[in-house]
Amino acid sequence: MNILSELIFDYTLRNVALGSMLLGIVSGVLGSFAVLRRQGLLGDALAHAALPGIAIAFMLTGSRSTIVLLLGAGIAGWIGTMLFLRIVKDTTISEDTALGVILSTFFGFGILLLTIIQNQNTADQAGLNRYLFGQAAALVASNVRTFAILGGLAFLILIVFYKEFKLLSFDADFAASIGLRIRSLDILLTSLLVVAVMIGLQTVGVVLMAAMVIGPGAAARQWTDRLVTMLVLAGCFGALAGVTGAVISVQGARLPTGPMIILALTTIVLVSLFFAPKHGYLPEYLRHRRNRRTLTAPDDTSVRDLREGGAA
Amino acid sequence: MAALERQPMADETAAVAVHDLTVAYHDTPVLWDVDLIIPPGTLTAIIGPNGAGKSTLLKAVLGLIPVAAGTVEIFGHSSPGQRRLIGYVPQRGSADWTFPTNALDVVTMGMYGQLGWIRRPGKREHERAMYALDQVGMADYAQRQISQLSGGQQQRVFLARALVQNAELYFMDEPFAGVDAQTEIAIVQLLHTLRAEGKTVIVVHHDLESAPEYFDWLVLLNIRKIASGPFDEIFTQDNLARTYGGAMNLVRFGGQVRPEDGVAAR
Repeated sequence: MNILSELIFDYTLRNVALGSMLLGIVSGVLGSFAVLRRQGLLGDALAHAALPGIAIAFMLTGSRSTIVLLLGAGIAGWIGTMLFLRIVKDTTISEDTALGVILSTFFGFGILLLTIIQNQNTADQAGLNRYLFGQAAALVASNVRTFAILGGLAFLILIVFYKEFKLLSFDADFAASIGLRIRSLDILLTSLLVVAVMIGLQTVGVVLMAAMVIGPGAAARQWTDRLVTMLVLAGCFGALAGVTGAVISVQGARLPTGPMIILALTTIVLVSLFFAPKHGYLPEYLRHRRNRRTLTAPDDTSVRDLREGGAA
Repeated sequence: MAALERQPMADETAAVAVHDLTVAYHDTPVLWDVDLIIPPGTLTAIIGPNGAGKSTLLKAVLGLIPVAAGTVEIFGHSSPGQRRLIGYVPQRGSADWTFPTNALDVVTMGMYGQLGWIRRPGKREHERAMYALDQVGMADYAQRQISQLSGGQQQRVFLARALVQNAELYFMDEPFAGVDAQTEIAIVQLLHTLRAEGKTVIVVHHDLESAPEYFDWLVLLNIRKIASGPFDEIFTQDNLARTYGGAMNLVRFGGQVRPEDGVAAR
């Protein structure tokens, strides 16, 4: 296979594919918790809130190094998310309203700062814009290493606190009653999502990040009724989307990587929604129709045979 | 009111002792200055109208919500250190029943507190969970997806989860709410088993008709504590009128719930 050998030997493609795969795995697994806790849009708010962090990190340090900018993004995203959770908890403002406010305020502020940086005409400014829509094609080996370290840390924490995160997501009251510190766990789990977003900003960008958080988990939930299986599947789906998107964009007509990853992911989600045997729309529809036919079938077998024959 | 309170003997440690407990939600008191002593080994019902603060009382005693004032003691000690003695059956609605898991796994969650960090439930935990499911007549449903269980079956899974906590003191929040007859029987049997084992069980309940059959200790609550003590002594027309009369006024006038309203009907 030509693509396979290129995946291994082509420096650019290898890094883009590896980086996108890591993003898919990390955001898929961590995003699953967001999906289960009905906080799918938290990833969206978080990603948008991260933008001013990138600009501020650049203004303060003048550095374009990935880790500095991503740290800035992570901190800003984290602050935005904590503000969001605080607003929901302490005021009567509803979740969607709070989300909208945080998302657009931080994003607007971020765009403002990016424009200021651009107007200063700094030679180094170029490259900040790529965080808007991502630029996976620019990923280099050191980026991939950074992703691997960040993702590894997040997974380590997830493994240590797996039971606790699970119980928190299923039944927070009970979790608190056995002495789990649910506020801290909540903040920790959200912070892990921040890590996923940090990895995603450079690859798919602020605007498309929400899909990376929600998509794999939503697709995986269709295929299984076990949490562990769902997390593994979500990681696989994320990885598959990442690699597919990367290969298509680098191989093909120089299409943008981020959007290609998202489109690949969307395909996986659609297939899962319609065809997954457990909860897919089509199998459920067929089951439903079969049940209805059995229930309404009169005792007269000849009529039932006729119907079954007609349907076949 | 004080005369109705049977004071425990000096050497008898109360299972639950609540002193001057006040809980407020956004400036509105939902519990006002509640004093309460529940002796060990009782089956206690907490009864009162909607919005009387019954669930809030449980949550405050469990330390799940911040209290504005007051103290809570479990078996003579303040509660954070006493968690291992407590089993909790929250309202069914507190959990996400679409969560990807089965009945056995939910019951196993009752042992997460005993397991501590990192350790995963193993064979021993699964055996205990199966035994608890069997006790509530749900052994056949162990591998069943929780979303496919009926309301009553879900309630029994919650009871089984509390059983594996192996507690001395159980708090149950409306376990009888919206369950089928079979589940109701299972819960009552369970209550009797627990009492036979010397456990203390405190149940939020709102069916006045069945209460005298099931319970031997009673707390009447409507923001304030109206009365508490041995069931037969407390379950009087007068006390019930004082508990529910105030609430009926509140409903009728649709007004703000103020602590004074709780007893204003007199």
